[in-house]
Amino acid sequence: MVHINGEDIAVAGKTLQAYLEESDYPLEGIAVEYNEEIIPKNKYSETVLKDGDVVEIVSFVGGGQQEGEKDTFKIGDREFDSRFILGSGKYSMELIKAAVENAGAQIITLAVRRTNTKKNENILDYIPEGVTLLPNTSGARDAKEAVRIARMSRELGCGDFVKIEIMKDSKYLLPDNVETVKATEMLANEGFVVLPYMYPDLYSARDLVNAGAAAVMPLASPIGSNKGLATKEFIQILIDEIDLPVIVDAGIGKPSQACEAMEMGAAAIMANTAIATAGNIPVMAGAFKAAIEAGRNAYLAGLGRVLERGASASDPLTGFLRD
Amino acid sequence: MSENQFFVDSDRLSDAALERKHLIENDPSARTNHMEYMEGMERISSDILDKVLSAVGEYDYENYTANDVKRALATDTCNIEDFKALLSPAAIPFLEEMAQRAKIETSRHFGNTVYIFTPLYIANYCENYCIYCGFNCYNDINRKKLNAEEIEHEMKIIAGSGIEEILMLTGESHSMSDIEYIGEACKLARKYFRNVGLEIYPVNSDDYKYLHECGADYVTVFQETYDADKYETLHLMGHKRVFPYRFEAQERAIIGGMRGVGLSALLGLSDFRKDAFATAMHAYYLQRKYPHVEYSLSCPRLRPIINNDRINPLDVHEKQLCQVLCAYRIFLPYIGITVSSREEKHFRDGIVKIAATKVSAGVSTGIGDHESKYEGKENIDAGDEQFDIADARSFDEMYGDMSAEGLQPVLNDYVYV
Repeated sequence: MVHINGEDIAVAGKTLQAYLEESDYPLEGIAVEYNEEIIPKNKYSETVLKDGDVVEIVSFVGGGQQEGEKDTFKIGDREFDSRFILGSGKYSMELIKAAVENAGAQIITLAVRRTNTKKNENILDYIPEGVTLLPNTSGARDAKEAVRIARMSRELGCGDFVKIEIMKDSKYLLPDNVETVKATEMLANEGFVVLPYMYPDLYSARDLVNAGAAAVMPLASPIGSNKGLATKEFIQILIDEIDLPVIVDAGIGKPSQACEAMEMGAAAIMANTAIATAGNIPVMAGAFKAAIEAGRNAYLAGLGRVLERGASASDPLTGFLRD
Repeated sequence: MSENQFFVDSDRLSDAALERKHLIENDPSARTNHMEYMEGMERISSDILDKVLSAVGEYDYENYTANDVKRALATDTCNIEDFKALLSPAAIPFLEEMAQRAKIETSRHFGNTVYIFTPLYIANYCENYCIYCGFNCYNDINRKKLNAEEIEHEMKIIAGSGIEEILMLTGESHSMSDIEYIGEACKLARKYFRNVGLEIYPVNSDDYKYLHECGADYVTVFQETYDADKYETLHLMGHKRVFPYRFEAQERAIIGGMRGVGLSALLGLSDFRKDAFATAMHAYYLQRKYPHVEYSLSCPRLRPIINNDRINPLDVHEKQLCQVLCAYRIFLPYIGITVSSREEKHFRDGIVKIAATKVSAGVSTGIGDHESKYEGKENIDAGDEQFDIADARSFDEMYGDMSAEGLQPVLNDYVYV
């Protein structure tokens, strides 16, 4: 018997090369220790396994996590490990580069706009491959307009993802939940993966679930305000009650606020202004990444005891119990 | 763990009936498939049964530690993992802390109110053989079904005592207590009471709709145990044998337009921690699917019945019952919790200050005996009781005792629309 990764296996007489190939090990990504010595890859075919040999086969895994327990979240049928989404609004090449390289963004939001006849910079040229495009319907004032814009974005080759933004107020840019529910239903029926931007209202969120939304995107405070989690209590209710990813969108101004939303159980954070207007864009993008990961890990770990609840009664409440 | 001895033979059963009884008691293959719907039973589209059973299947309460319990007591919102810790044996040493937390949740959602109601049994005929129940078809008891006049007579006496909320019950006999009979009783109840609930055999949603139109607005159905294999060994015959149809009763009642539904396991029949967990998860998933509905939980423990005074709730002592109720309250702070007269006075007086929101008073589980019980009149024609009660306080006594405990008794706060 040969002792391989803690198991006794009857492979004496075979070469190490033959065993690794039979067992489907990826030869590039592993290191092999043979009786406490590392065997170089070019010696695998010369090494013959004997009874009593001890073999350890190792590879790198991210952060000590096993394959299969990667912490990802799903929208539609796509899976993401980054929980930072770059919002639209203020764009620069530097911002996109920082969002992808420093914040690890895998989703980037875009707005659909009329093309000028003059040759224009196309933002799509600057977005690296592998990043999911999330076109939004900004500019729409009702469900019908949102549906038209979504169809145009699909035609532009942006895929099936769409973020619904319907605003009828140009001063505060607050989303219209009623129209958003209507647009969600229409677009979900057309096969879109719909991410509606919304005011955090439980009934509207339930209507969005029933309308076929793939996630809900409640606002933290007025868009662009950098004021943080002004709607915290209501976002918590959505997180507790809605079985879809809750992506906190709009108003997150600092990494600490993103961290707090993630600790609450948000699935992801969308931000733009906070990074776009920072003194140093790449450094701020990195700070958001770290904050979002810290909040997520805190949520997964389960927050510890913070305070004792209530005063102790002088008479115990359970003194009446018998048997 | 010891088991209850449920089987009792009556010498009034014919030889053929006894033979049939023994056969289904002793030979599982003589019994029908308890997971298969019978003819006429409505099948709704729902994933709640699967969700609840898989959640219970994954629940191993021995895995939880004192630290898990402490964490659960410290978090703002108790999630499913926290609830599992609170229901585990590791939480027993923290019972007082759980009670303190439960009290805060109860007063946050209900203030210091306690609702008072009474049950009214109108018939005790039953076609099921549920081996722990006093009404089971093989149990030799006095059977009775009140006619409309008798029902009204009972209602007048109960309403005269001051009670405004009534829960009407029947044995589970489709032939002796058909839907029209129950519907007529609801119409009568609407005359005398502000709030009418039903605890009858599960029916299809169109029957629930009819009963709702007759005036009922709350439906309670106890699953008894959520362990389907154990359920099969306890419900040997009759419609009640069909586990999934009973499980889906609340959903059909909601589809039929009822404002509220109640659910429960009967503690002592099976593993009570798993059954308590399943009950709460059943309510939890229903609430997520039908958020407009009112939900309530009960917590009955097994009681002695006529012809079998040895039936007891086994390992579910008062401490464990208190743990279950505190865990329910912390996990589902908005839910109504009813503690019936199966429990003694000292327990009910204590638990209403922690977790319970509703108690019964002036209770009889017999048929047509309110006059004798309320006014001391001789009554030789009553139907026998479903189980022995443990707290016989009248409405006035209960009202006085609850007030003396510093609670505000509420007779109802409801409007039928």
